[in-house]
Amino acid sequence: MGQIDLVDISKSYDKQKNVLDEINLSIEEGEFFVLVGPSGSGKSTLLRMIAGLEDITSGTLKISNEVVNHLPPKDRNLSMVFQNYALYPHLSVEQNILFGLNAKKVDKEEQQKRLIETAEMMGLSELLKRKPKELSGGQRQRVALARSVVSEAPLCLMDEPLSNLDAKLRGQMRMEIRRLQKRLGMTMVYVTHDQVEAMTMGDRIMVLNDGKIQQVGKPITLYNEPANLFVASFIGSPKMNMGKAVFHADRNQLVIDDALHLEIDPVINNVPRYPNVTIGIRAEHLYPGTAENTTHVVEVINVEQLGNETLLAFEVGAEVWTAKWPGQWDVQVGEKVPVHIAIENLCFFDSDTGLLIKPARAGKQQEVVTA
Amino acid sequence: MSMNSTAIQQTPKSQINFEQVKKKQRMKNFSKGMLFLLPSIILFSVFLFYPLARTIYLSFFLTDAAGATTVFVGWENYVTMFTSPIFLQSMKSTFLFVLYTVPITIIISLFLAVIANEKLKGIGFFRTIYSSTMGISVAAASVFWLYLFHPSMGPLNLLLNAIGAEGIGWLTDTSWALFAIAITTIWMNIGFTFLILLGGLQSIDSSLYESADIDGAGYFYKLRRITIPMLSPTLFFVVTVTIINAFQTFGQIDILTQGGPVNSTNLVVYSIYREAFVNYKFGSASAQAVLLFIIILLMTFLQFKFGERKVHYQ
Repeated sequence: MGQIDLVDISKSYDKQKNVLDEINLSIEEGEFFVLVGPSGSGKSTLLRMIAGLEDITSGTLKISNEVVNHLPPKDRNLSMVFQNYALYPHLSVEQNILFGLNAKKVDKEEQQKRLIETAEMMGLSELLKRKPKELSGGQRQRVALARSVVSEAPLCLMDEPLSNLDAKLRGQMRMEIRRLQKRLGMTMVYVTHDQVEAMTMGDRIMVLNDGKIQQVGKPITLYNEPANLFVASFIGSPKMNMGKAVFHADRNQLVIDDALHLEIDPVINNVPRYPNVTIGIRAEHLYPGTAENTTHVVEVINVEQLGNETLLAFEVGAEVWTAKWPGQWDVQVGEKVPVHIAIENLCFFDSDTGLLIKPARAGKQQEVVTA
Repeated sequence: MSMNSTAIQQTPKSQINFEQVKKKQRMKNFSKGMLFLLPSIILFSVFLFYPLARTIYLSFFLTDAAGATTVFVGWENYVTMFTSPIFLQSMKSTFLFVLYTVPITIIISLFLAVIANEKLKGIGFFRTIYSSTMGISVAAASVFWLYLFHPSMGPLNLLLNAIGAEGIGWLTDTSWALFAIAITTIWMNIGFTFLILLGGLQSIDSSLYESADIDGAGYFYKLRRITIPMLSPTLFFVVTVTIINAFQTFGQIDILTQGGPVNSTNLVVYSIYREAFVNYKFGSASAQAVLLFIIILLMTFLQFKFGERKVHYQ
């Protein structure tokens, strides 16, 4: 129950260019699957196609191994949480939660039993008689979730459910939704444009851009081995630092954006020989340089103190790079600071296709460093 | 603002009277607000408030043919009004007329609005058609219906004759005339009511319906549990406006029946008009007008008092 297969799913409006282009995907039973992408990438459309609210232009959609292309939403045995919660303003919390069960003519006793259980679970027992407008944002969110839970559908779809909440509440609801999903063993398909939500909640993530799948995988895989430049820049905060790189074999140097020169040991490092290479390096891999290992000295143009870490921005050619240093660093704007850039921390991308050539080797080492 | 800042510069901090400055600003804001309201205040005073006061004043007098007051009679105009069988008949017709037109107008318009709210090809055409009566003047519509109601060559009677029934004296039969006027009025009001209701329907968040679709709610369940409650503020507005309009019906009566036959379509506004401008009895006409004003005020007040409880504003 609850397994979803998408085979060559495409969507186009009025025979125009495809909004979604041949999506092939399997979502496992009991999985927390996140669809992430910038606005206009087609992620919500994909979710609404799974729900049955949008027509599928071509391709096959299977839920629990059954083709459901032709089925209306109610026969797909799923529940959905909307971005604006879609609560009925004229009904009380209780009536809102029971709306679906009433529509399906579920037995009254059964309704009450499920209502009490769900309200207990979501901490809504005290609020059952209230109207949605008498609830706070977080409570409304919980009612929307409760509606989903009470339906006991094995598959739950969520369309940016946290985007209307403030940052603190969002963090809290993230955890609540995640725990709920694990507890009930639902299959969850979760749409968001927020890569932090995607990283923190998903068992697996699919990055979508311009109607095409960019990459599907575990959050850590996407972070360490982004399949292309888009994923590299989309996943991670602050975003990965990028620059055009030219390899000068005669000098054994890698020149980044005509500004940074990296010495390369020709014996150990096999720098990919592509005509156009873009390199990427995570902010946390731009280490503070010590007396022995400083490779470059850069001029800081902006400092952000986060308390537990410090973000330093500096210019590399036309780009602004950000370094994330653990701890508190008393650095002033305009100061020159030493940094350590190691060649093994660089991801290499083909500038022409955008595809990953070689991921950073440092992903694993980093864990050891911080442990 | 500039005045304030110079004041602050000139006087040392301790001597600024904050209360006084605030008061000055409040006065300035108030006069600015009044300035914006002035055009409406003038127009309302000239065309509404003054005539209202004048009407109340006139209702206590007898007048000459030019409308000048002659004798103060106190409540006598009101007393005569309530004892006049013609006026009582007129009140009865008016209430009957409201009862005929309002519910039917709302039901038909709601039905049209619901079907025109579907996303279908060419729906814009139907929306235009359904709302088109809004663009037709009362005079034009009345003439059009005058033709339809014509006893011998009107399409309605031709149709009745074709199916073997006898023609009806739509505008000449005392038992049909009010009904005929009601039909005309309903037809004319549908355009406006339809448009407002359609607007109300379109402002209902589509995710409510989508959520209900996923829950498996049927068409009528959605209509009853989502559409009607969500539309209630609009319905309330439409009911209020339609009732007021029905009480104020004049044009179609003037053109179609002139209050006849035998005063059966002599609704209050028409009765006021006749009293004032045919019989030149401005005093008693004013008394009727005051009564109509009070009735409409009362109806609207009652609606807000009892109807609004069932209305769900967002």
